[in-house]
Amino acid sequence: MATVSLQKLVKKYGDLEVVHGIDLDIADREFVALVGPSGCGKSTTLRMIAGLEDVSGGSILIGGKHVNDLPPRERNISMVFQSYALYPHMTVRENMGFSLKIAKRPQEEIDRRVNEAAQILSLNELMDRRPSQLSGGQRQRVAMGRAIVRHPEVFLFDEPLSNLDAKLRSQMRTEIKKLHAKVQATVVYVTHDQVEAMTLADRIVIMRDGYVEQVGTPDQVFKHPATRFVAGFIGSPPMNLVEATIDAGKVNFANGDAIPLPARFKANVSSGQKVTFGLRPDDLFPTGHGIGSGTTEDVFKCDLKVTITEPLGNETLVFFDFAGRDWVSRMLNPRALSVGESLGTTFDLSQAHLFDSASGKSLSGRKA
Amino acid sequence: MASNQQHRVRRRLLALAHFIGLAIAMIIILLPGFWIVLSSLRPTVEIMAKPAIWIPQDLSLDAYTAMFGKVGQGGIPVWFYFRNSLIISVASTAIAIAVGMAGGYAFARFRFKGKSGLFLGFMLTRTVPGIALSLPLFIIFARIGIIDTHFGLILAYVALNVPFTIWLIDGFFRQVPKDLAEAAQIDGCTRWQAFWQVEFPLAGPGIASAGIFAFLTAWNEFALASQLTRSVNSKTLPVGLLDYTSEFTIDWRGMCALAVVMIVPALTLTFLVQKHLVSGLTSGAVKG
Repeated sequence: MATVSLQKLVKKYGDLEVVHGIDLDIADREFVALVGPSGCGKSTTLRMIAGLEDVSGGSILIGGKHVNDLPPRERNISMVFQSYALYPHMTVRENMGFSLKIAKRPQEEIDRRVNEAAQILSLNELMDRRPSQLSGGQRQRVAMGRAIVRHPEVFLFDEPLSNLDAKLRSQMRTEIKKLHAKVQATVVYVTHDQVEAMTLADRIVIMRDGYVEQVGTPDQVFKHPATRFVAGFIGSPPMNLVEATIDAGKVNFANGDAIPLPARFKANVSSGQKVTFGLRPDDLFPTGHGIGSGTTEDVFKCDLKVTITEPLGNETLVFFDFAGRDWVSRMLNPRALSVGESLGTTFDLSQAHLFDSASGKSLSGRKA
Repeated sequence: MASNQQHRVRRRLLALAHFIGLAIAMIIILLPGFWIVLSSLRPTVEIMAKPAIWIPQDLSLDAYTAMFGKVGQGGIPVWFYFRNSLIISVASTAIAIAVGMAGGYAFARFRFKGKSGLFLGFMLTRTVPGIALSLPLFIIFARIGIIDTHFGLILAYVALNVPFTIWLIDGFFRQVPKDLAEAAQIDGCTRWQAFWQVEFPLAGPGIASAGIFAFLTAWNEFALASQLTRSVNSKTLPVGLLDYTSEFTIDWRGMCALAVVMIVPALTLTFLVQKHLVSGLTSGAVKG
């Protein structure tokens, strides 16, 4: 098993720089997710680790060994592709045993290791089929089987679940988690789906435009986003983020609505400062229907008009009109609401976030 | 219920109409071939008769026995022509495929300067009719002394076929997802191994069809071969057909018999290879 270390990693296509000097240390057996919107450089970074893209600057170390110029086959890695990339002219068994055949392992060992992997992924019934005879989920499992047969030091996953339907995706998510518990390898997992990243990873790396925005545990990035971008990206439905100005101990919105400035931000902001106010839907709720995880002092209550509701059964997403736009709130133990109804609403300001409008950085004063 | 019945009848009539239409098309396509075979078995008087004798009266294999017979009794050096055709077609096809594979792969996979211009240039060479090149080729070949050699004709056919094989094979390599070669490299292959283990087998049907086309072009080519060959050293079967023309007469029966002899190997080869030409082998590689 091995650590993976990226040092000032740069990728350029001609004059266009797409990854700008990334630093990242991944511990042995850690599950790290690279997450970000399309074109943020996460897949390119993964492909550089795999050796499928040349490194333009900086270095990659796997298990302490400098691998910049090693071809993929000498890096002791496995990769699961978004497209699965199964060999269509081979059966499932041949697909899984291919790497061992290339390495000229004895047939008896190939059979043993392929069967072992088939066992783990319950592929036994499918071993003599070809990829074209498999469903999407089965192909996905074969692709993972092909990866684990090699006993690599590092697993690389490139958006492995994005071609599956929602139900299968959550099922495979669980399987990947179980698989990681079983094989105990270092995993680098690229996804654009923040739910996948949150549920699977030990640590999440949030990337944007070729820069790392924040590295942290799922809990850290959710509760203490370092930037406005992270706050908006992590969490579903997304955090309410609204531009405002600090004045007279209040957060003033453009249309004249205001809420009190939470005490813990007072030292970090100055009067007249332009900020972005952030509050998760979980921390804004019809009074009496929320989590209310904060202390009682930092709450702000007012009556707001319902603009639209999205009932989900166990909860309802209620959209309120406030500060000239819609705010999403989460209503637990919901009751039927009608549009235009005025409702007592609680803002749990102990969970609120403030970001500097210019830099986008958090003003909580915490070290991310 | 009545409308169900109506639709069923209409569907059957439509199927019947399709069948009849296709049968007529097949007859039109096959008729000349059939006529060649028939004419090779009939005496010249019957072939040339006016009005035409549609029902053959007198069939014999005389033309074939004569063809393989002695010179002066209607015999021509078929075996030499056959040998020349085979050597030239096989060699030029092998070279055209090797070059076509390398070139097609490069065009499908790599980015390089002047790629589209080069590709267009290759395609433009196809617009020049072979016959237009025969005189300049004859002069050049005569100067360097490769008239009437296998080598000369192989060279000409390779030049004729390479743009086409590159174009065709490029298309087939494009259909093989790039991910597969990358997956193979991660599985421990060198680029070279990834090509032979994964990309080549998947582009196989395309390469085989390019091979058939190149082979048939070389096998059937007449215009260039008639200029660049002189004797049994290099004359190919199509040029051999000219042996049946003399100053005042054309032996149509003999010519048809030789044409049949020419067609049979080509037909056999195509028949053998065509079952490998199944496309869609790449299905199931990526996505669903």
